[in-house]
Amino acid sequence: MAYLELQRVAKTFNGSPVLHDINLSVGRGEFVAIVGFSGAGKTTLLSLIAGLLPADSGTLTLNGLAISAPGPERGVVFQNYSLLPWLSAFENILLAVDQVNPDWTAAQKREQVQKYVAMVNLTAARDKKPAELSGGMRQRVSLARALAMDPQILLLDEPLSALDALTRATLQDELARLWQEDQKTVVLITNDPDEAIYLADRIIPLTPGPGATLGPSFPVAIPRPRDRRELNHDPRFKAVRCGVIEFLLSSRRERHTALTKKPVLPDIEPEDLARPRRAFGGRARAKRRSEVKEETVEVR
Amino acid sequence: MRDSIFQKLDWLLLPLVGFGAAVVLWQVVSQTVSRDLPSPQKTWAESRDYVLKPFEKRGEMDQGILRFTWYSLLLVAKGYLIALAVGTPLGFLLGLSKTFAKAFDPLVQILRPVSPLAWLPLGLVLFLGAGKQAAELGALFTIAICAMWPTVLNTAVGVRAVPQDYLNVAKVLKLSRRKTISKVLIPATLPYMFTGFRLSLGIAWLVIVAAEMLTGRPGVGGFLWQEYNALNYAHIILCILTIGVVGFVLDRLMSLVERRFKTA
Repeated sequence: MAYLELQRVAKTFNGSPVLHDINLSVGRGEFVAIVGFSGAGKTTLLSLIAGLLPADSGTLTLNGLAISAPGPERGVVFQNYSLLPWLSAFENILLAVDQVNPDWTAAQKREQVQKYVAMVNLTAARDKKPAELSGGMRQRVSLARALAMDPQILLLDEPLSALDALTRATLQDELARLWQEDQKTVVLITNDPDEAIYLADRIIPLTPGPGATLGPSFPVAIPRPRDRRELNHDPRFKAVRCGVIEFLLSSRRERHTALTKKPVLPDIEPEDLARPRRAFGGRARAKRRSEVKEETVEVR
Repeated sequence: MRDSIFQKLDWLLLPLVGFGAAVVLWQVVSQTVSRDLPSPQKTWAESRDYVLKPFEKRGEMDQGILRFTWYSLLLVAKGYLIALAVGTPLGFLLGLSKTFAKAFDPLVQILRPVSPLAWLPLGLVLFLGAGKQAAELGALFTIAICAMWPTVLNTAVGVRAVPQDYLNVAKVLKLSRRKTISKVLIPATLPYMFTGFRLSLGIAWLVIVAAEMLTGRPGVGGFLWQEYNALNYAHIILCILTIGVVGFVLDRLMSLVERRFKTA
């Protein structure tokens, strides 16, 4: 029996299907990456697992228990950090620790926070407010907050997509290291196949929406710790990368045939800038194409 | 070199030019159009005692200007605190509950534009049974009910504007409803609330004058009205200037406080 199990899950927003027939099973301690185009419904899928949104149909279970509401046993790292701006980095994490371990002493709580602040290399910046931190540092705080709750499963919603490439690589290394230390179950949502291959045990593509569904699993059989430089030349890396991208592109191509759209032209007429401006009120209002009653075209 | 000195002092010099122009205009008007308007010199001559001995008490309605101001400020403080105590929770309810907002928002919108001059008689009627206290209670009622609307509306807007991200954090951490309010909603709403508090204080100070004029209580407004009836027009101008300066200072103080909470 899998640890996290989704069976025939579907989700509709305002009548349009976002997710459709989602089946996913993640084993304990496994690192699974879900890769898809932006707008495919990745965040919706993660919100369902987190319990922030209810599913329309299908079952979601974690460790055999149905998921119906959010809970601290599922640590979530949001794409936009979601730190409380009036609390310092330390206090943001403390709020989570305090909530999960209400019966600890104050010293125990502080020690726990301190440990995770150190783990993400933020000890020097622990008393700064989120506004004083860079994007990468904020995401580390967010990550530390999720880890400090000691969740059974970590849900990462495009945690690194808002960061620059260098910071991103650093944090990827850090995520890999943290996972090696903790061996937590992780579901990572990303739009970057390279990131997914570098970090995950298994990659599952999400087809483009509407009505997105999960594709076949691509196991990443590259031993850890993985070296970023060697990875690029690893035939297994190339094979997985090829497979995932090929699947996503072909699933998108299928979509394209079904896509019909009415072309929309801007409703505006070109203006003759050579005409002198009026004395009052400046230039005349732009003409709408739909307002033009008749036009004379000179034919030479 | 001379230019730079002028530029450095323009924060002081330019306002002085503005005040100077107003005094000149005042002088001209008092000499030509309206001979009843006391000239600046006459105003100063008649107000000297009140300004130079600001805390002297010569009689119930004949006291130094700062003493009068103090009475007014005390009354404003009481009414203002009542307004905040009622307005903040009301704003939270309006912002938190759609049902509550649907039920009470129209009422708020109808009561909000009612002038203090209209509320005061009702306040006096409400507290008729209180005897000697009626005037003070009526005035407090008027200040509170007129001053609370900016607080109510800003708090409600602030609560509705709390980003979904913060609420998601509260949900993921499984914060209880009480903790969600105290740890997330209130801190996130504070900047809006303080904007409301500042606007409310401005209105409370506006209302005090009307309230004192109608009830005849000692204070800047009461003094103004009494001196008008006693034909001491110079003191009217003194009162107007005092009210303006005090209102300005209060607003500056509140905006300092407000800025402290503008972190989010």
